[in-house]
Amino acid sequence: MKADPRGVLTGTHFMDGDHACCEGALAAGSRFAAGYPITPSTEIVERFASRVPTVGGTFIQMEDELAASITLQGAVWGGAKAFTVTSGPGFSLMMEHIGYAAMTETPCVFVDVQRGGPSTGLPTLPAQADMMQARWGSHGDYEIIALCPNSPQECFDLTIKAFNLAEEFRVPVMFMMDEVVGHMTEKVVIPAADQIEVVPRRHTRKPVDEYLPYATNGDLVPEMAHAGEGYNFHVTGLTHDEHGYPNMTPQIQDKLVRRLQNKIRDAADRIALFEEEQLEGADVVVVSYGITSRVAQRAIEAARERGLRVGKLRLITAWPFPEKKIRELAANVKAFVVPELNLGQMVREVERAAAGQAKTFAVSHAGGGVHNPEDILKVIVEASRCQAA
Amino acid sequence: MRLQLTEIRIAGFGGQGVILSAIVLGKAASIYQGAFATMTQNFGPEARGGACSAQLVLSDSPVLYPYITQPDILVVMSQEAYARFGPELKDGGIMIVEQDLVRVSDHKQEIQVYSVPATRIAEELGKRMVLNSVMVGFFTAVTLLLDADAVRKAVADSVPPSFRELNLKAFEKGLEYGATALTATPNTADPDLHVEYSRE
Repeated sequence: MKADPRGVLTGTHFMDGDHACCEGALAAGSRFAAGYPITPSTEIVERFASRVPTVGGTFIQMEDELAASITLQGAVWGGAKAFTVTSGPGFSLMMEHIGYAAMTETPCVFVDVQRGGPSTGLPTLPAQADMMQARWGSHGDYEIIALCPNSPQECFDLTIKAFNLAEEFRVPVMFMMDEVVGHMTEKVVIPAADQIEVVPRRHTRKPVDEYLPYATNGDLVPEMAHAGEGYNFHVTGLTHDEHGYPNMTPQIQDKLVRRLQNKIRDAADRIALFEEEQLEGADVVVVSYGITSRVAQRAIEAARERGLRVGKLRLITAWPFPEKKIRELAANVKAFVVPELNLGQMVREVERAAAGQAKTFAVSHAGGGVHNPEDILKVIVEASRCQAA
Repeated sequence: MRLQLTEIRIAGFGGQGVILSAIVLGKAASIYQGAFATMTQNFGPEARGGACSAQLVLSDSPVLYPYITQPDILVVMSQEAYARFGPELKDGGIMIVEQDLVRVSDHKQEIQVYSVPATRIAEELGKRMVLNSVMVGFFTAVTLLLDADAVRKAVADSVPPSFRELNLKAFEKGLEYGATALTATPNTADPDLHVEYSRE
């Protein structure tokens, strides 16, 4: 399905990442957002609030992040494509409802423009320290998808992708920006609406009396009812059967929770997006994401100038983690170098997937700025001198 | 036009159009001149009247590192900005100052200083608010970094339609002033030209 031209601001713009994210949401067909403004994400909903009435939609500023993160799910069940936007402290408050979205299979997007933490931390300065929270922040077993843009252009392109993945898998998608990407301004090209692919809701075509809200047709993702067309459905955070009714047996729990996990895990290869460069013959592979991938690129180029064989793997999808890719690479390289604006989060995944086949070096940074490329270069040099595992 | 990696800082106080100046120049480079531009701004409690600074990196290849490390060009529109950012300008760099608001002193670096009474020119045009367009015009003339036409287009589509004509006039004034400054006296930072500025 093509995008609705009313929401698409076709043209070439000089725009920051926050605004580009908002335009991506509009292009993807989102006509509802609920939020509680917080730096450095405020510009996204500020723009949405001014733009969405012109295309026929609603923004509600809620009393807090708990309200925002559940209101958007009401809108989704009412038929809208919806999202909310926040940063660390608000993201923490949203965790309960992220779990609710995962359990009820509510397709929606949570944007987290990461800033330094913990707690109030550094409101106006960057970090990438919510990566594990995005994956594991709510209780219980579940899977989500998380994307990491590294430019305003990607804030536009990947926001559309986030909405599309949410619809395809009926899962909350975490859009993991960072303060730098959110606030930096660059050229953003917004294509014509007929060039933008939009995934529609998986509405059922079954007759009303045959429809089971949580029954699947083999691909593990159930179809949704179109509100107002006479279908009966029940949405609950309790463990539920195919009817959507609470059912507290271990058998139903196992069936449901495994399906929530496997609908994402089984499709991990298809969901995984990454950018790779000179991986063939590399001794060291730098794994990075978000703004750090651009800073790391400088270090990678400096290392190559010194004659080192350095490859690049940029994670665009952080979750599900592309462990197959890392495992394959680990068999052929000496080491991975993982710079990130936290004290070591995704590096744990790299280490786990490498499973001892290659060494793993973290280049940690507590946030508040970006790495000095020199610091990454030093670790690349160190890594390339290490003995193969 | 080839555009080597150029790091620019524009600084002044809120309300002078510091950010908009950076947007206009970035737009000119990336949209109208086919190059690449990344603009970042210092976020913080910068309201009108507070310190304000924008960083712009221009290049004919994609910009990776989003921040400036040592600016090639520094535009300062307040004494505070001058004092704070003056020392970081690269040796051989260009400094552009709002001459009525900044008193230039001696520099350690070997730099070229160009001065323009942008606020005064804007006031003569009828609106102090357009001083940033004067500044952008002056910048275009003395740095020779961007095509004047690209910048002109960027000015036109960055300001509200009702102020377009006035901003374009301000841009041309700045451009003229810059062209004269460049040919007549390559370095226009004459301490005698500077008038003590007092805020009303």
